[in-house]
Amino acid sequence: MRAVVLTILAALAVGGVAAALAGEEPVELKPGPGLDTVEGNCGACHSLDYIPMNSPFLDAGKWAAEVMKMIKAFGAPINDADARIIAAYLAKNYGPRD
Amino acid sequence: MFTRRNLLQSASASVALAGGLLPPAANAASVTLSPGVPAGLDSSATMATLPGKKPLIKLSYRPPNYESPLEYFRTPITANDEFYVRYHLADIPDIDTRTYKIAVGGEGANGRAEITFDELKEFPAYEVVAVNQCSGNRRGLSQPHVPGVQWGYGAMGCARWKGARLRDVLDKVGLKTQAIEIAFDGADGPVFDKTPDFIKSLPVWKATDESTLIAYEMNGGTLPHFNGYPARLIVPGWTGTYWMKHLVTINALTRPQGGFWMKPAYRIPLGEFPVVARFTTQEDATSTPITEMVVNSLITSHADGAKVRVGKITVGGLAWDAGYGIRTVEASTDGGGTWSAATLGEDLGRYAFRPWSFDLTTKHGKNTIVVKATNRIGQTQTATLLFNGAGYHNNVMQSVTLNAG
Repeated sequence: MRAVVLTILAALAVGGVAAALAGEEPVELKPGPGLDTVEGNCGACHSLDYIPMNSPFLDAGKWAAEVMKMIKAFGAPINDADARIIAAYLAKNYGPRD
Repeated sequence: MFTRRNLLQSASASVALAGGLLPPAANAASVTLSPGVPAGLDSSATMATLPGKKPLIKLSYRPPNYESPLEYFRTPITANDEFYVRYHLADIPDIDTRTYKIAVGGEGANGRAEITFDELKEFPAYEVVAVNQCSGNRRGLSQPHVPGVQWGYGAMGCARWKGARLRDVLDKVGLKTQAIEIAFDGADGPVFDKTPDFIKSLPVWKATDESTLIAYEMNGGTLPHFNGYPARLIVPGWTGTYWMKHLVTINALTRPQGGFWMKPAYRIPLGEFPVVARFTTQEDATSTPITEMVVNSLITSHADGAKVRVGKITVGGLAWDAGYGIRTVEASTDGGGTWSAATLGEDLGRYAFRPWSFDLTTKHGKNTIVVKATNRIGQTQTATLLFNGAGYHNNVMQSVTLNAG
């Protein structure tokens, strides 16, 4: 129902500033290349605990599909280059264990 | 493209924390997860306390998705502060009942109306005890795992709901004969304006069922903020996706609602599950919206792996279905070879959790108990998962191993 658009915050979101709900605590993801891009993009719409929660069972193709779902179905403003960085980070750090 | 609300929250967060207005929610208590959920939850799930709630198993902070731990299911009524929390979208407003209104209309209605909170309470009031279960309850137990919120056993609860009949509210505007669905929107919404708002519809026949309510009371109190304050839809027998929280818009439709949350979301393969209630205006060649819950049961007296004494013990739990009513709950201690009837407890109505108990004599070591419920139309639980990509309708018979000694 609510969709008051304030473009100022789009810029903030890209900078990694996400609005928190009451009681929300920082979720620390595994360090690695692409982490900043993940935090800045994914964290704008949802807390980052969605990522470890959905691990370690999504392979590279399935993580890439999840990123595409966020863009296509949920309208996440993530550019192609960032989408590739995010998918690669997720597959490497939260993909199936060997 | 954030909403104003989030801007304010963001800007004021440090001030609020400094003033102690937003108490830190962390709870040192360890989490007991349902057996079989993804390993990633071991490090990410925590016990956490939302305002107005007791500690719940936090699966995601934002949007908030918190399930009830097993010990909150030892009674057939789930307390308001123990009831699970499920949101798709993170912008959840605080609502003032003095300004709250439900707009009723749509092209399938003869007129329009705005109903205030006080007016809602002036309609004849009805009560129903009904289970609200997330469509994806037990998704985390799916094999193979499927993406989504990785619920264990606890994305459900049962409450005594009080409110107006939806059909009485629809009568205020009148439905045209061409009306086929009633669509619902809540006050909560997305963070980005391009994210599809959470809108759901029901077939007219279900919307106008005598048990479908707009509830403003839950177990004799107001609805908790995180369960849809001040009023939500109650759709007994059907999965939680239809139980719109913070209900603000009701529209009668002459064409199928075409939003994301009706399709492709919340779909099951056509014909895979033995459900009776159909939503024909939304069906296509291969899929149908999820509708009513499948018959299910849960052992709530003991967690898997619990230590018990050698000798006579009582195992208990809950059973529920889509409102046909529970006929039997049976337990097996030999891996499903032979079954014995459990004793059914208090009957709070056909849509409610039905408690049951079963006495058995344990032997030293491992004792495995399997439980299955059967409803009054003969539906029962499955021995193996009926897999589907969204992880819905998991009613595999639960098996619990107790360690006696």
